[in-house]
Formats: sequence, structure tokens, C-alpha cells
Amino acid sequence: MAVVRSRIKTLKIDGQDVGAHEDETILEVARENGIMIPTLCQLDGLSLVGACRLCLVEVVGWRNLVPACTTYVEEGMEVITNSERLQKYRRMIIELLFAEGNHVCAVCVSNGNCELQWKAQKLGMDHVRFTNQNPDRRVDMTHEHFVVDANRCILCTRCVRVCDEIEGAHTWDIFGRGENSTIISDFNLPWGESPTCSSCGKCVNVCPTGALVEKGKAAGEMIKRTEFLAYLTKMREVKK
Amino acid sequence: MSKVTLATTWLDGCSGCHMSLLDIDERLIDIADKIDVVYSPLVDMKEYPEQVDVAIVEGAVSSEEDLHKIRMIRSRTKILVALGDCAVAGNIPTMRNKFSREELLDVAYIKSATENPQHPSEVIPALLPKAVPLHEVVDIDVFVQGCPPSADTIFHTIAELLAGRIPADLTEHTRPGA
Repeated sequence: MAVVRSRIKTLKIDGQDVGAHEDETILEVARENGIMIPTLCQLDGLSLVGACRLCLVEVVGWRNLVPACTTYVEEGMEVITNSERLQKYRRMIIELLFAEGNHVCAVCVSNGNCELQWKAQKLGMDHVRFTNQNPDRRVDMTHEHFVVDANRCILCTRCVRVCDEIEGAHTWDIFGRGENSTIISDFNLPWGESPTCSSCGKCVNVCPTGALVEKGKAAGEMIKRTEFLAYLTKMREVKK
Repeated sequence: MSKVTLATTWLDGCSGCHMSLLDIDERLIDIADKIDVVYSPLVDMKEYPEQVDVAIVEGAVSSEEDLHKIRMIRSRTKILVALGDCAVAGNIPTMRNKFSREELLDVAYIKSATENPQHPSEVIPALLPKAVPLHEVVDIDVFVQGCPPSADTIFHTIAELLAGRIPADLTEHTRPGA
């Protein structure tokens, strides 16, 4: 007997008629149909949080913009993924991320291998219109192998999610509110003194910027590898 | 046809962007016929002219002198180009912004001084409280990111300006840290 996965919905994305399962998000359906929506906090294999807002899309008849990564498809929905309004907001989001932290690309170990930098270029950020906040944030080098530089953190929470959901350690979490939000290890202990960290390095590899990096790297030398995530997810699905 | 007058200068920068400008190499000869360099560290001209077509400025605004200079340049220049990450975004000079001026001067002139420790009071221009990118203090017409921007990017920018166009979307050519 055939197993019914879920009901099928039909909708329009950028004028294109598409079919989708009801448990799929706008982002998934768009990707299946070759429509690329920019993302930053989203990573296949991790839970969805809609933190970065880069994937905001318009739905005809809806008053608010919605994140494509956390919005499920509905029958008859008309989605617009790339309008002037969306381009304006996406560029603004990237600029605000740059202004809020200390993203000095020239001296960053992730220079040239940074998802924030790539997105800035792709979304046409030729300068940041907002005043740099130049916050005074923590650099923690107490871990034997890794460094956390909160100056370059964009609070995407990929590290929090991979540590909790994949490694099962939940060493990382977010502390504070608003502009004072920052990632902490355990109850705000130095990373090197963490009783939960297994030193697996998953957080380092999923971090889109130079906030979590390996020690001993010079500017531009840090290259992140996220392939393990798809592999682990696949193997766990097989096991189920 | 009269030549386009071009000025270049650096504020709080390392001169690396000017190095990259010179890296245009033999293409410099092509553009040399079309421009008149009226003010630059590369030529011997002490005063900024009253009227300049294009100014290319490297470096952030960090001191009273920088601020005075960029305002003067803006008032006498038709098209102002911010060249490189320090001019566009502040970059390395802004890494001091989390410290106060007093802390900085203490480290540079008192704690690390071997004799006569004191804050400078003359000749050296006073530091501004924070180093800022050019567009925080004057209007900018063209932003050229990169540390430094590549010679190709700079050549493209100059070629577009010489063709009478403001170069559109340079993010296809460069990015921060490029």
C-alpha cells in the first residue's frame, strides 16, 4: 500500500505554477524549482529559526513580508521572491549586520571564505549607510583548538543548533538582549573550561563568518567545511 | 578636448590603494593622455586646486587634519571617489574606536615611551574621538571597496569616469576585503 506522505498544494512562485507537499516551506519549493532565495542562518540539516530575515518574500494579499525558510506553502498562494522592495530590505539587513559588529574583512581569517561577505557582494552592498557601532566584544582563545571572536558574530545561531541538534552537547547558547546579545559557552564560562564541549569542531565549520575559527590561521586562511552535516543527516535518516 | 583634472590623496590609510592604482601598469599610459594629475602624493603640488573634476581618496577620517582636508576636497571637486575599505567602511583605522583617545595616546606616547613620556601637543594633528569612513562626513559619488581594490577594479572605475559615466554597481568587480 502506498504511503501518503502529505497532501499536494499548488501555488505560484514568481509567476511560475508549482506543486508542493503541504509540509514543505516556500524556500524548499523555490529551490526545487530552481528559484534561488538568499539565505544566511538557514543550513540544510539544522532546524529552522528565521533569524537573519534575508529570505523574506512577499505573498500577494498578505500585509507582512514572511521568511521563506519558516513559512509553509498554502493552496493558491502567490509568492514573489525578488522585487525592488525585497532587494531594498535584503541589502539593508546585510548593512545592519556589518554596522552592528566589527567586521574588518581585511584582517579576518575568513576573508574570501565568508558567507556574509559573499551575500554583501551578491546583494549589491557597495557601502554601509549605517554608522558603525564598533562594539567592545569578547575574544575567547581559551579553547585548545578554537577561537570565538564575538566581534564577527551575526547571531545566526547555527553553532547553537548544530551543537544541540547534531552533536547533542548544547555547549552554545545566546545570552543577553538586543545589541548586547552574544553567544556564550555553557553558563558563560571560558570555552576552554567548558565541561560539555566535546571539541568536535562542528560549530566552527557551520559558522558563516570568522566568529568561530581554528587557531593558528592567518587572514584569509580559514576555510569552513559543512559537508559533514548533509552526510550525518542522511545516515540518521537511513537508520530511522 | 580638455583633459580631465584628477586629484588623489590618502588620509588614514596605508598607501596600499595608491600602490594598486600604480599596478594598472601599462594602461596608465593609455589614460595619461586623457587626464591631468593636479594634486597627488605622486606629483609635486602642494596646494589643492580651486576646481577639480575627479578626486580619488584613500583612507579613513581619523584626525582634525583629515576632516579639514576631506571637507575642502569635497567643496572643490565634482566627483569624489572613496577608494578602498578604509575610505568606504573605516576598516583597520576604526579598530581603535572601542578605546578612548586618552587610552590610545597613553599606550603610544607614555606606556611605550622610553624617554620624555607625554601626549603630543603640537605638530601632530589631534585625533578625532572615532575614525570614520568618508561618507560619514561628506557626500561620496563612487564607492570602490577592497583592501586594496584590484588594479583591474581601479582601472575600470577610472575608465568609466573618463567615458563620462558614474560606474554602476562595482560589487560585480569587488567586495569588502577583496
